[in-house]
Amino acid sequence: MSSNVIIKNAVKKYGDFKAVNHIDLDINQGEFFTLLGPSGCGKTTLLRMIAGFNSIDEGQIFFGDILLNNVDAHKRDIGMVFQNYAIFPHLTVEENVAYGLKAKKVPKEQIRIRVQEALEQVQIEKLRTRKPSELSGGQQQRVALARAFVIEPQILLMDEPLSNLDAKLRVQMRTVIKKLQRRLGITTIYVTHDQEEALAISDRIAVMKDGQIMQIDSPEKIYKKPQNTFIAGFIGVSNFIECDIMKADKNYDISISKDYSVNMPLNKNYTGKGIISARPEQLSFSEEGIPGRIVLSTFLGDFVEYEVLLNTGQTVRLNEYTKDESQVKPDEKEVHVTLDTNRISVYDSEKEEVIS
Amino acid sequence: MKRLIKLDFWFWVKIGVVATLVLFLIYPFSSLIYRSFFSAKTGQLSLANYFRFFEKPYYYRTLFRSLFVSGTATVTTVVIGVPMAYLMTRYNVLGKKIMHILIIMSLMSPPFIGAYSWIMLFGRAGVVTKFFAGLGITLPTIYGKLGIIMVFTFKLFPYVYLYTSGAMSSIDRSLEEAAENLGSNKIRRLLTISLPVVMPSIAAGAVMVFMTSLADFGTPMLMGEGYTVLPVLVYNEYMSEMGGNANLASALSVIIVVCSMSVLLVQKYFVSKKNYVMTAMRPPVEEQVHGLKRFFITLPVLLVVGMGIIPQAVVLITSFIKTDFTGFIGGFSLGSYETIAKRLGTNIRNTYVFSIIAIVIIVLLGILISYIVVRQRGKAGAILDLLIMFPYVIPGAVLGISLIVAFNKPPLLLTGTAAIMVVAFVVRKLPYTVRSGSAFLQQMDQSIEEASINLGVSPMKTFFTVTARLMAPGIMSGAILSWITCINELSSSVMLYGGKTSTIAVAIYTEIVRNSYGTAAALASILTVTTAVSLLIFLKISKGKVSVV
Repeated sequence: MSSNVIIKNAVKKYGDFKAVNHIDLDINQGEFFTLLGPSGCGKTTLLRMIAGFNSIDEGQIFFGDILLNNVDAHKRDIGMVFQNYAIFPHLTVEENVAYGLKAKKVPKEQIRIRVQEALEQVQIEKLRTRKPSELSGGQQQRVALARAFVIEPQILLMDEPLSNLDAKLRVQMRTVIKKLQRRLGITTIYVTHDQEEALAISDRIAVMKDGQIMQIDSPEKIYKKPQNTFIAGFIGVSNFIECDIMKADKNYDISISKDYSVNMPLNKNYTGKGIISARPEQLSFSEEGIPGRIVLSTFLGDFVEYEVLLNTGQTVRLNEYTKDESQVKPDEKEVHVTLDTNRISVYDSEKEEVIS
Repeated sequence: MKRLIKLDFWFWVKIGVVATLVLFLIYPFSSLIYRSFFSAKTGQLSLANYFRFFEKPYYYRTLFRSLFVSGTATVTTVVIGVPMAYLMTRYNVLGKKIMHILIIMSLMSPPFIGAYSWIMLFGRAGVVTKFFAGLGITLPTIYGKLGIIMVFTFKLFPYVYLYTSGAMSSIDRSLEEAAENLGSNKIRRLLTISLPVVMPSIAAGAVMVFMTSLADFGTPMLMGEGYTVLPVLVYNEYMSEMGGNANLASALSVIIVVCSMSVLLVQKYFVSKKNYVMTAMRPPVEEQVHGLKRFFITLPVLLVVGMGIIPQAVVLITSFIKTDFTGFIGGFSLGSYETIAKRLGTNIRNTYVFSIIAIVIIVLLGILISYIVVRQRGKAGAILDLLIMFPYVIPGAVLGISLIVAFNKPPLLLTGTAAIMVVAFVVRKLPYTVRSGSAFLQQMDQSIEEASINLGVSPMKTFFTVTARLMAPGIMSGAILSWITCINELSSSVMLYGGKTSTIAVAIYTEIVRNSYGTAAALASILTVTTAVSLLIFLKISKGKVSVV
């Protein structure tokens, strides 16, 4: 039976440097939970603390109500898929998958059946007698997966499991992993630096930076309402536009240039310098708006990507979908750009935290 | 909540391993240093031994001689080894694989059979000397510095060759192509790109030559005659029938170690500044030459390899020649082998028994030490990493004296026992196994061990079932090198052997001293054949992944 994971105030120190800096997490049973962040943000360190390969310098980690801090790594009952797969090179596919079951002293007949089932789940039953050196990267990945979940662990950890595969295989394996996780209903913690992968695969994402968690939310919310400018820049593409915020009756006047300002509500009382984050699809051309000139238009099939130089001196990216607008606008064309005030996010300049 | 020290399996292993090395390496060597500061006459703490060394020309001249022969041999081996490496890596030299194996053979052969064979050929009664004397030509004498340098050159050039060719075949092709593309011709490319890039490797090989020749005892002992070098002086001072002076011998030992250590440190200092680590995506191509050109490229290689391998051939041939008390009398016979079977059976048995025991211990220690050094890091790892370099700079004769000085009284009275011979083997030859084991382990990703632990196997069991299993080829290859050098070990054994613990190498030495060349040749043949067979097994197991140097 898979378990929920509670992390309280976890810290990992290397000298004075805190690689994991007071992290709290509450991961639900059966959830596909992703730790996402740039390299060096502490995500793998945290994962290895859960696995038992890094010590927990402060705080606690629980599976259900069992405190894990002083449980040895080999007694934690966790499945793990390593970045480089870590397939035992001297064992066959079958022996690799059976390894954990043997360690648990599962009866031989049981082992045979469960290995067979696991290999079928990841569709490599035909490769059972092969040695790892005779497998492709994708096949090794499947062995690593089967080996990790066949022991029916409390939770499954995955450390950038797709980063060594080519782009096409990565997308394919992503689907395999997601479907498998749904079918087994096993609590999974997944580490990646690839924001697209995280959006595609997760139930919830924790975005990490400098050993701390910036935001925990569903992929949709993380994309649509990034809690600070770091997340807005890290997930997807954002145009950051400077603005001045002034109180105007119930709402706020947000002025971007002399000629253009928008009126919208904010969640917090704030006046002064601000930053707007607008996705390329949250900008559009119209009769009025910020004046500018198209620098480069790139036709990409389902949409056209425009680089527009605004008269504020800033260059922004704007996407126009071909199903909405069939005409590709030529370079050098004078245009006006408006913002979708229902969708954009506004941040204060000081703390770079969301206020809209 | 934080456990400061884990009292687990590895904790005890670290304690055990470090304690073993401290007892058999640090303690003896410190005893030696301590001893060197005591005056033999007064028994007081003093610098008398060192003053005596630097006052009397008889003593300090040996240091200059040692530095001279080692320095010259270093230059000659570079002059021979580097072009050899270039030809062998860049051209389709005829019989390349066999040449390569023969070069390794000449490095791995017993150190003093070179001396023996050159005496057989060019000595006073040598075959070649007699031949030229018949023609009325007198050859320059082989005894003294010329002979020593010659033997060192052809025995030790493989160090330079192996280091350099290793580096040359890992230069990415694009590097030279870029130079060519920028308008450099072949010679300019060699001088401005290829050679500077492999310079650190050449230096590493040269330092090995210098240290090995500085430490060698057998060759100068047999060929030096009046030309006494430092290790021979150490031996004489210690063994002298007038009642040797262990304190002076200790001081001399310290001087040798200081010399080789400073050379090593200077090299490390420069290498750390200039280290071009490369993994060749596209190794350099081997130029295909044909006909006469191929012949002229193969010829120098063949000559050098021939010179290197002559000792083995001479030994094998002379072992089958009939002898009596006057020397070789012509005609073939198995007489020499019958003699050694009758008289020296113990030596043969000792050699193999001691070496096998030593290898078992070396393998065990080697696995554990490699693992601690590579995986556990930390303080114990750093200490072991340093300790394991030590035997490289301590010449065998010096280690021999250290062990005697340290273990000549109860509670650890080991002098004259088989145990002290085995201890010397283990301490001196362990580095080969550790180096090869840790090289293997470094290439092995740690996550493989973590995967096993993660699947519920305890770290200790994981070590024995996964890690040790995967390290096996590296450990085995290293162990064979340790084995080869064990059976051929002379310099420490000659200090440590007692009536019942003599080995083949010691017997060869004493037989040559007694002018009993036939039996010496037969004994040397046994070692040579064992070495050759072991080396072939090594090449098979290591598959080129483990270097012999």
